[in-house]
Amino acid sequence: MTTPQKAAFFDVDGTLVRTNIVHAFAYYAMNQGTIFGTAWQTAKTAAAAPFLWALDKVNRKAFNELFYGFYKGQTQDRLLTLADELFTDVLKPALHPGTGRLLDETRRAGCRVVLVTGALDFTVRRLADHLGADDLIANRMHFVDGVATGRVIPPIVEGAHKAQVMRDYCVKRGLALDRCWAFSDSFSDYPMLAVVGHPTAVNPDVRLRSVARAYEWPIVDTTQG
Amino acid sequence: MERLSRLYEQTEQIVTIDKDSAPRLMFSGEDLLLEDLPVGTRVIYPNPPIEGLPNVKAAIRWAINHPEGCDPLHALLRPGMKVTIALDDISLPLPPMRTPDVRQQVLEVVLELLADSGVDDVHLVIAIALHRRMTEEEMKRMVGKKIFDAYYPDRYYNHDAEDPDGLVSLGTTRHGEKVVVNRRAAESDLLVYVNLNLVPMDGGHKSVGTGLTNYAGVKAHHDPETIRLSDSYMDPERSELHRRVDRVGKMIDQHLDVFHIETTINNRMFDGPLSFLMKKEDHFTETDRLAVAAMRAGLQKLPRSAKRKIFQAVPAAYDVIAVHAGRTEPTHARILEASWRQYAVDVDFQADIGVMGIPFVSPYSVNSILNPLLVQVMACGYFFNFYRGRPLVKKGGTLILTHPCSDEFDPDFHPSYIEFFHRLLPETRDPFVLQEKYEKEFAENPAYVHMYRTGHAYHGSHPFFMWYWGENGRQHLGRIIAVGADNEHVPRMLGWESAETLADAIDMARSTQGRGAEIAMLHHPPIVMTQNRG
Repeated sequence: MTTPQKAAFFDVDGTLVRTNIVHAFAYYAMNQGTIFGTAWQTAKTAAAAPFLWALDKVNRKAFNELFYGFYKGQTQDRLLTLADELFTDVLKPALHPGTGRLLDETRRAGCRVVLVTGALDFTVRRLADHLGADDLIANRMHFVDGVATGRVIPPIVEGAHKAQVMRDYCVKRGLALDRCWAFSDSFSDYPMLAVVGHPTAVNPDVRLRSVARAYEWPIVDTTQG
Repeated sequence: MERLSRLYEQTEQIVTIDKDSAPRLMFSGEDLLLEDLPVGTRVIYPNPPIEGLPNVKAAIRWAINHPEGCDPLHALLRPGMKVTIALDDISLPLPPMRTPDVRQQVLEVVLELLADSGVDDVHLVIAIALHRRMTEEEMKRMVGKKIFDAYYPDRYYNHDAEDPDGLVSLGTTRHGEKVVVNRRAAESDLLVYVNLNLVPMDGGHKSVGTGLTNYAGVKAHHDPETIRLSDSYMDPERSELHRRVDRVGKMIDQHLDVFHIETTINNRMFDGPLSFLMKKEDHFTETDRLAVAAMRAGLQKLPRSAKRKIFQAVPAAYDVIAVHAGRTEPTHARILEASWRQYAVDVDFQADIGVMGIPFVSPYSVNSILNPLLVQVMACGYFFNFYRGRPLVKKGGTLILTHPCSDEFDPDFHPSYIEFFHRLLPETRDPFVLQEKYEKEFAENPAYVHMYRTGHAYHGSHPFFMWYWGENGRQHLGRIIAVGADNEHVPRMLGWESAETLADAIDMARSTQGRGAEIAMLHHPPIVMTQNRG
């Protein structure tokens, strides 16, 4: 079998699944193991929600850094165990009906399937395996003695940086960016879309839809099977 | 003698413009132009509509009970057998005909016969090939509510040329054409193909061989070389496209039991308030002239999308003029006779300059936009090829067309056209380079594949076939001049010249063809084809 010469890069949140990293975080918050722990973490999350929402709109990088701070103190074992449940309870049911077919079509086109997400790697690993992705590019939590520090190992995968890590990935594997595809639902992923030869909007938000129309990028709907 | 008598009967369809002739009505997209043509211009009009069959259902019953080359349909049926009925898609006829569509009428007869014969395993498959999937509403309109409710969606659906499990390869012809067919059709005990011939290019082996195949199957005969070698693909006998399609079809007939029900219609495209479009301008009454003036004034004030909606809302008043059934070739031969009887107008000359108005509709833009690539298909593909024998325009002649050529595309129906037009055409117009360098990339583009399979997009490779479709026209014609384009870049990207008015275009053409150049105008729609066997 010949080695694929191209890759298809997929954003995850909103593109492959209806949910996003906030949902994943909320899942952890709601599953603290003790009633008081759960209540405290949930209250903290609820209180921070409006601020996080606003920050997400203004500065995705700052949002991510602050957001991942909420994981501080969680044990690695627990996070990994909960990741399985997160996949079963949250992510798998939230897959868009057309996601599987879109991924199959990219494989038939001879592409490596690569998920590129700002989520933490352990939260989407099961999803990547389930979808048969060849690679996963995601943020990595920093752990000390099996406990999360709340810091993400740089560089943070988000926004403009997604384009950089995709470029690095292609250089490492000998792929040509202009022969690659990128799929995303959000305008915040404009850099990752713009860096490849075949950008594609998937169930796009209003801004990305407008950009896709302007740049004549295809717009794909995976909300139908 | 026969030719002479035919010419005598037909000459009235050719009007030579005189000093006091009325201006001629021409389509320019969704607009109607009134143009004074130079004295001596010969305007070729469609034949009057042939009288429709008085009882279509009776004709369908007669055809399936007296088929060509095989037993009657009822004798081919046995209880418990698996039957697939394939149907032509919305690209035929143009515009869509009034309900009940002839396909509905055929189905009403055939489905009843199948039920009476104990055949319950019946699927209805729309043979879209690489065309867009028909919408639910369009599917309902085509077969009627009763059949739709009974069969949709599990047993009435669009063929999927990208379904990895839905296709079967039957092998390769001796000439190397790949033969791939819809699996359900291939695995059925009987395949019934219900066709609607709008023009002589349609039907016959092309129905199954093209309609129920995939990209590899279409590519086998829709390539630049085949199109270049096709004299006119409206004339199957002289069309390399049809020679190749026939080889594919013969192989399909060896593997599958195919029963064709072919129908064809007359050219009654307009009636009612638009009936003036069926007349010669010299025969216009005062009412017709008022209707033309009112319509032109109204259209001028409306945005293009509104004009499109108006035209698309008016179905054609076609009548069925022939129904034949049976084996592929003898059935198709009977239908072709009827089709040519309707369309062929004998001419005994070739023009230096051809003038053609491009209307609002094409097979690939039903309920959508006639984008620049489709304007090209209409001009160099369809209208140029509307001949039998010798082309209307001489080799090296000039084609003048009227259309605004707006840089406007439907991103849901024609997404890959947009990339083709704006990314590839600026690089090259050479179909062989385009084929070699980009066709496969577009065909396999997962975004386009997904939009074809789950949305209503034409297949990623379709714009290539559209470009190739114009290849024999481009090779034959010396110059192509677009009149009334609302921009400069579209004609330039298509390799055409621009003129503001028809008079300017004719002056430009005369600069090459000479002052005494012979000018001919093909006055359509309705469809007219020239027959020059001299």
